[in-house]
Amino acid sequence: MSFQPVKFYQTGTFTVGNRLLAPDERSVQASEMRSNSINSGHRACQGCGEALGARYAIDAAMAESNGQLIAANATGCLEVFSTPYPESSWQVPWIHSLFGNAPAVATGIAAAMKVKGRHDVRVVAQGGDGGTTDIGFGCLSGMFERNDDVLYICYDNEAYMNTGVQRSSATPPTARTATTMPVGPEPGNVFGQGKNVPEIAMAHNIPYVATATVADLRDLEYKVRKAVNIRGARYIHLFVPCPLGWGSASHDTIRLARLAKETGMFPVFEAEHGEVTSVLKIRRQVPIEEYLKPQKRFAHLFGKHAHPELVARLQAIADRHIRKYGLLEEGDN
Amino acid sequence: MPNKPFAITLKPGTSLANLTGTWRTERPVYLDRLPPCNNACPAGENIQGWLFHAESGDYEQAWRVLIADNPFPAIMGRVCYHPCEGACNRGQLDSAVGINSVERFLGDEAIKRGWKFDKPGTQSGKRVLVVGAGPSGLSAAYHLARLGHSVEIHDAGPLSGGMMRFGIPKYRLPREVLDAEVVRILELGITLKLNTKVANIEDSMRAGNFDAAFLAVGAHIGKRAYIPAGDAARIVDAVSVLRSMEGEDKPMLGRRVVVYGGGNTAIDVARTAKRLGATETIIVYRRTREKMPAHDFEVEEALQEGIMIKWLSTIKHAGEHNLTLEKMALDDKGFPQPTGEFETMEADSLVLALGQDVDLSLLEGVSGLEIKDGVVQVGSNMMTGHQGIFAGGDMVPSERTVTVGVGHGKKAARYIDAWLRGTAYEPAAKHEPADFKQLNTWYYSDAPKTMRPMLDAIRRQTSFDEVQGGLNETNALFEARRCLSCGNCFECDNCYGVCPDNAVIKLGPGKRFLFNYDYCKGCGMCVAECPCGAIKMVAEEI
Repeated sequence: MSFQPVKFYQTGTFTVGNRLLAPDERSVQASEMRSNSINSGHRACQGCGEALGARYAIDAAMAESNGQLIAANATGCLEVFSTPYPESSWQVPWIHSLFGNAPAVATGIAAAMKVKGRHDVRVVAQGGDGGTTDIGFGCLSGMFERNDDVLYICYDNEAYMNTGVQRSSATPPTARTATTMPVGPEPGNVFGQGKNVPEIAMAHNIPYVATATVADLRDLEYKVRKAVNIRGARYIHLFVPCPLGWGSASHDTIRLARLAKETGMFPVFEAEHGEVTSVLKIRRQVPIEEYLKPQKRFAHLFGKHAHPELVARLQAIADRHIRKYGLLEEGDN
Repeated sequence: MPNKPFAITLKPGTSLANLTGTWRTERPVYLDRLPPCNNACPAGENIQGWLFHAESGDYEQAWRVLIADNPFPAIMGRVCYHPCEGACNRGQLDSAVGINSVERFLGDEAIKRGWKFDKPGTQSGKRVLVVGAGPSGLSAAYHLARLGHSVEIHDAGPLSGGMMRFGIPKYRLPREVLDAEVVRILELGITLKLNTKVANIEDSMRAGNFDAAFLAVGAHIGKRAYIPAGDAARIVDAVSVLRSMEGEDKPMLGRRVVVYGGGNTAIDVARTAKRLGATETIIVYRRTREKMPAHDFEVEEALQEGIMIKWLSTIKHAGEHNLTLEKMALDDKGFPQPTGEFETMEADSLVLALGQDVDLSLLEGVSGLEIKDGVVQVGSNMMTGHQGIFAGGDMVPSERTVTVGVGHGKKAARYIDAWLRGTAYEPAAKHEPADFKQLNTWYYSDAPKTMRPMLDAIRRQTSFDEVQGGLNETNALFEARRCLSCGNCFECDNCYGVCPDNAVIKLGPGKRFLFNYDYCKGCGMCVAECPCGAIKMVAEEI
């Protein structure tokens, strides 16, 4: 059963809350009782998508597990901005070990809980795209393969932002980073083979894989709540724009996540045991330029020395996602 | 630094020690902006405000917010030309919110459920004479009574309502609706004296010990144009025809009726003639449809009912059974010019709908008045040049609609109240406008406008049954919920949700939100994601 937005028409149906809805139909984020898992005073940049995405996801997991949650964290922005010694923003049991071992740490916690008979405690591991798709990838695959009882959440902002915006295997083609400068005939990041970790997770046939963005809170909360209740290895890939690394305005974070989904650049779907079971359809399709132009990391594709051929190749990637996942309503083009 | 080993444990939530609000160069602030509907309403209704309550199904509260400005929702929901809908921001998204139809639903609901106005509080002891029981006079009387003044209305006619009764046909405004809303006003303790023509305002004020007067006598004298006519030609004016519809003897217009004019009155009288049994009703107008002052939807409804319209023609001569018409052509400036081409047209009667004049006889001898173009000049406080005498509605310079009249009544009541108390009324400063570009329309679901049912054409041609139906509770609720709440917080929790720094404090239902500036970094996400444009960024003083 796919996620459906609230189906009756009213002012602000797609908003975080809605005074016209019954309290149990409202989102976790609309509640004054939400756990605020990551508290004020953290040192994330203005408009940080990852700080927002982490609060959305962990608050939902806290609500669904009745507060019985332990989180392991890979090294990365999320870890650094939330726990600069001697302070911590976290209001959940939380542990940080190394960059590459978060899935293994979480596996250990899950094993310990099993030994102690604490079936009520749920375990989350989380990291950025660097810690997930590159450095922690071996541990992650092992966690999947063993079907350990861990929900892994990857906050994908498409580069190593904490260390100064270096390319990761999640960085999109043509994007400017500190290590992929916009020079030469194919400026920015190369059009490589890509590394689609949600699909790699699906290839492990684990019980649940989903993608989501910070632009669609209700879809995200639905997926986290569903994942918390499944036993075994689960993976959620959450798209979180980074104003600093992308060169976008701090107030555009949610808009960019929405455009990534509406262009087809970031397909939002869920899969069970290796098969896609639902997709979030595009509501107002827009060309890829609308997503690219507000970001300085793509600035070299436009302007005086524009590269329309590269924009076309990016559009082709989006179009392929639309075809592959069936992101448009039937009959639309 | 606390004395603890490095990288062992940190206390939860201790980052509160770090006041990230110091990073900020701009701060978000909540504000109310003026929604375009409210701005466009001639009666100054708080439309967004009453729709807010209608959205949650609290129709009585919605009605109470509405009647704070306008005591006639059921009438408005039928006869108002709803400039609010023309201004509605939703019109740029799909189609305007059906404000008028929700207003009618609330008005009908109030009549059905017997909702009453709150009784006025303390009495001022001042007496105000209102001349004319039309929309403007009744509106002023209502507001003055609610402000604690003793009000007496004098009207020359046999029944209340003014042009709402003697000008607007029944098929647009059923009389039981009119009566219900007038009676409710009179129940505030207002004295209405019918068949009481005020011959001289100063005499009447002296005789009744009135401290102030509000004049709203309307414009009831049909304008005559000089048309050479044979002795047997039947020429009547539209106002008289519509007025006689309310009496025992219905007007005799014959089988072929020609109406001369292009305003709303011309349309009303033509549609009335059709219903009285005319086989052909033809409107003759000297310009084109685009130039016609009548509202286009009324022209459309008339055409649906089989009314014919002869454009670009003037009437040169009226005979017993025929008229001589001259064809016109528009010049460069859009004015009609005679062409010298004539034609004849059969007609049993000719109805002139060429506008109306004001009977100003009651003002004779009153000092200080300024009368220009047949109407009384008033200041921005609705007072004439004579202290204590105020005027509004069709007898002052303005657009002549019911809603404008109602608005004049409200405005005048506020200034009369201040004048009687020896104070000055200062209208609250208008909020800055809520433009479409300040909305984030992503958050509103797609919802097409609900159309009101229309009576079928045959019954429209033969009866005075109401043409336009109303909404029921289900679709009225749907329609109310289409409101975008432009510029006014509707507590959607978006700011509270999207803040990456938890710097928005939710105060609970009806209390809106606060910013916690200790932690707000000024990213502006709340402003960008606020659906209705009720937050803005302002620069910090650095």
